[in-house]
Amino acid sequence: MIHVRNVFKRLFGAPWRPYLWTMQPHRLLCPRPEGLFCPPGGFFIDPVRPVDRALVTHGHSDHARAGHRAVLATAETLDIMALRYGEDFAATTEAAALGRTVRVNDVAVTFYPAGHVLGSAQILVEWNGLRIVASGDYKRQRDPTCALFEPVPCDVFITEATFALPVFRHPDASREIGRLLKSVRQFPERAHLAGAYALGKAQRVIRLLRDAGYSEPIFIHGALSKLCDYYASRGIDLGRLEPATVESGGKNGFAGGIVVGPPSAFADRWARRFADPVACFASGWMRIRQRARQRGVELPLIISDHADWDELTATIRDTGASEVWVTHGREEALVRWCELAGISAKPLHLVGYEDEGD
Amino acid sequence: MKAFAELLDRLVLTPSRNGKLKLLADYFAATPDPDRGLALAAITGDLDIPSVKPAMLRTLVTERMDPVLFAYSYDYVGDLAETVSLVWSSAADESAQKEIRLADAVGALQRAGRADGPAILAGLLDRLAIPERFAIIKLVTGGLRIGVSARLAKQALADFGEVEVAEIEELWHGLKPPYTELFRWLSGEGEKPQRAAAAPFRPVMLSNPVGDGDLEKLDPADYVAEWKWDGIRVQAVSEKGVRRLYSRTGDDISGAFPDIIEAMDFEATLDGELLVGNPPGHTGTFSDLQQRLNRKSVSAKTLSRYPAFIRCYDILQERGEDRRSLPFAQRRQRLERFVATLDPGRFDLSPIVPFLGWEALEDLRKDPPHPIIEGVMLKRRDSAYVPGRPKGPWFKWKRDPHTVDAVLMYAQRGHGKRSSFYSDFTFGVWSGAEGALQLVPVGKAYFGFTDAELRQLDKYVRDNTIERFGPVRSVRADPEHGLVLEIAFEGLARSQRHRSGVAMRFPRISRLRWDKPVAEADRLETLQALLDR
Ligand SMILES: [Zn+2]
Ligand SMILES: [Zn+2]
Repeated sequence: MIHVRNVFKRLFGAPWRPYLWTMQPHRLLCPRPEGLFCPPGGFFIDPVRPVDRALVTHGHSDHARAGHRAVLATAETLDIMALRYGEDFAATTEAAALGRTVRVNDVAVTFYPAGHVLGSAQILVEWNGLRIVASGDYKRQRDPTCALFEPVPCDVFITEATFALPVFRHPDASREIGRLLKSVRQFPERAHLAGAYALGKAQRVIRLLRDAGYSEPIFIHGALSKLCDYYASRGIDLGRLEPATVESGGKNGFAGGIVVGPPSAFADRWARRFADPVACFASGWMRIRQRARQRGVELPLIISDHADWDELTATIRDTGASEVWVTHGREEALVRWCELAGISAKPLHLVGYEDEGD
Repeated sequence: MKAFAELLDRLVLTPSRNGKLKLLADYFAATPDPDRGLALAAITGDLDIPSVKPAMLRTLVTERMDPVLFAYSYDYVGDLAETVSLVWSSAADESAQKEIRLADAVGALQRAGRADGPAILAGLLDRLAIPERFAIIKLVTGGLRIGVSARLAKQALADFGEVEVAEIEELWHGLKPPYTELFRWLSGEGEKPQRAAAAPFRPVMLSNPVGDGDLEKLDPADYVAEWKWDGIRVQAVSEKGVRRLYSRTGDDISGAFPDIIEAMDFEATLDGELLVGNPPGHTGTFSDLQQRLNRKSVSAKTLSRYPAFIRCYDILQERGEDRRSLPFAQRRQRLERFVATLDPGRFDLSPIVPFLGWEALEDLRKDPPHPIIEGVMLKRRDSAYVPGRPKGPWFKWKRDPHTVDAVLMYAQRGHGKRSSFYSDFTFGVWSGAEGALQLVPVGKAYFGFTDAELRQLDKYVRDNTIERFGPVRSVRADPEHGLVLEIAFEGLARSQRHRSGVAMRFPRISRLRWDKPVAEADRLETLQALLDR
């Protein structure tokens, strides 16, 4: 699909501003305390408080909350919300198929894959010829547990900014898995404890281990089991998983094994059952040595489900957007980059999205 | 270069000594010459590379990127080398291009002149990925702080080659980077290198502490006793006109002790305790000795105020003859004759302490004649001088340590097996007037307690946390509420770096005083009094 805007940009080297000014994009989407609101569609995107009608990009708890009346999201996101909050997390739900446009009042809405976690989507809203993409959280690196991000041409691109600093450059995740496996071979008398968030990261780490040829059983913390089962039911083979109970560890406390659990569990009693553990943490934050040091991480694994600096800037260019709205994270650096690139940009100042766990 | 960068990153974050040794030995085994030798030199601080000033690094990077974005980045990361390694744009991050070897990178930097240095560095950074960029920048800015001592590196070499660390130490001073001969020998591909250095270090013989029931099994008549002087153990070597003073771990400390070096007009290797003062009448305190330690050079004023001398324990080599295999009693006779010929202001003899039985010796140990004596040494009359810490021939029997009642202030999570427990404890003593009491931290201890006590301490910390920052918890400690720890320690020294003005040597938790009211813990003045004694 060739867009007039892109052609214009290519010909004249400048975004088509007069066009956008007349479009007044804030009339299509604007920040409200509940979240991003669409007046002509009468819905919110990823609202942080209960609302009448919510469109949800993905299942992470700061984006997907319980208690809305009607929820439109991908089938996987709805399933994940049901797993986390119970079947009655909303009065009514509707599954959005990727790439298929549905009308919500006066607005056309299409979900596109975001590459963040299973079921994650960007949401394109179209109204009077104006196209805005709310991308939720996204990444561009290949991930065997979810569909690859698809750049969607638009006038306004709403981007996350979790890792929006030029220092965040994620290496290839398989390289990091290689480092973990090397350490397992080097220290067979120790247990390797890999901290990974329960939705998305944990399953990705496990799947990448399998892709790297690791076929031993992987031990998991109880908090991961429902979501791992769900991923497996969606055709993502995670191999043999066993609960990391005291009994399954045997006398030598999981020596030589790999244990995956949520990072929060590592600080509590649960972690004491492991033999001289090597604390690993799979996160984009591990790029910064001081972050690893502060958390007492011995083997940082730089594996992120969010776009790094290069992915963020490449994606903004790929969408051809002439305006960028930046939300949750380090807005200032990305706004500065857009300024230098001649793209108008502003921070959205949405509240309720934490400095995201990754 | 990749393997070296990965090694550095892992060493920094690996807390346990065994873990570090394993990482180093595996690296030596997997890496070819001369890269592994250069890596070793980088780690031990023996790699000679022209340095690059931080200001120049900053210039290089801001020529390539927006200064505002760089400022945001530096502000977030906080470390210049790390920031530059991350923000530097290079094709190497994505493409799997040809690996640059450490030797090539080091060679390029060593050949660089003042004028083309920056361009050569930039060219290297362009061809390296992030971890290797970090390693190179750390090398050229001289800030490779990875928690590996030269001693640990030598132990890793010994592990790698399956030889005794003493063998490495004996060779060490004659070797130069990239240590190709050494690695060839350790990997079984070549002969053991000949000791090339003049006046080499000879690995030191160490003692074991007297344990419960040890003495009952021993016959006092087999042993000679000496005072254990609280200075620093040294080895003075003078051979064929080359004079060197070594620390107990083989570091050359000659530069800080020109007064000793000047007096070494002999052909021998002496083992002794470095002290300050004017023997035999006056021996200075450990605080006095500290004025002479950790310096590269020393002023004339310091030399005259704190003159150094060696109180001799042993003789290892005499006019080219190795004496280490002789029994102690015979070495001692030779030592006595030898020291009698030396400058008495710089060398004296560690006196033999006559005793009749263990009880009599214990009385002496408890009440030594000089404050800088920290106990007695027991040496078997027939013992040869062997490197390391063999069990049996030599014992140290320390005088009971000092104790103080302090208050638990902070706790930090431990490492390795103890990583899920709060096991590193910072404690303080009271200062200030009644009614306005304040705790001043005076030290940190992470051993001395039993496993059961560790669990109690851990629970206490978790139940009484008032603040958390990273792995550290601040524990409630005020005159009404807190936990008193009895801290045993070996000595005290004045310290500019500590707010309390004192630094403890070897503090450890000797008892948990659950019974003691927290307001009755000791005051800072108690410690200061010990300092002035
Ligand atoms: Zn998310
Ligand atoms: Zn988010």
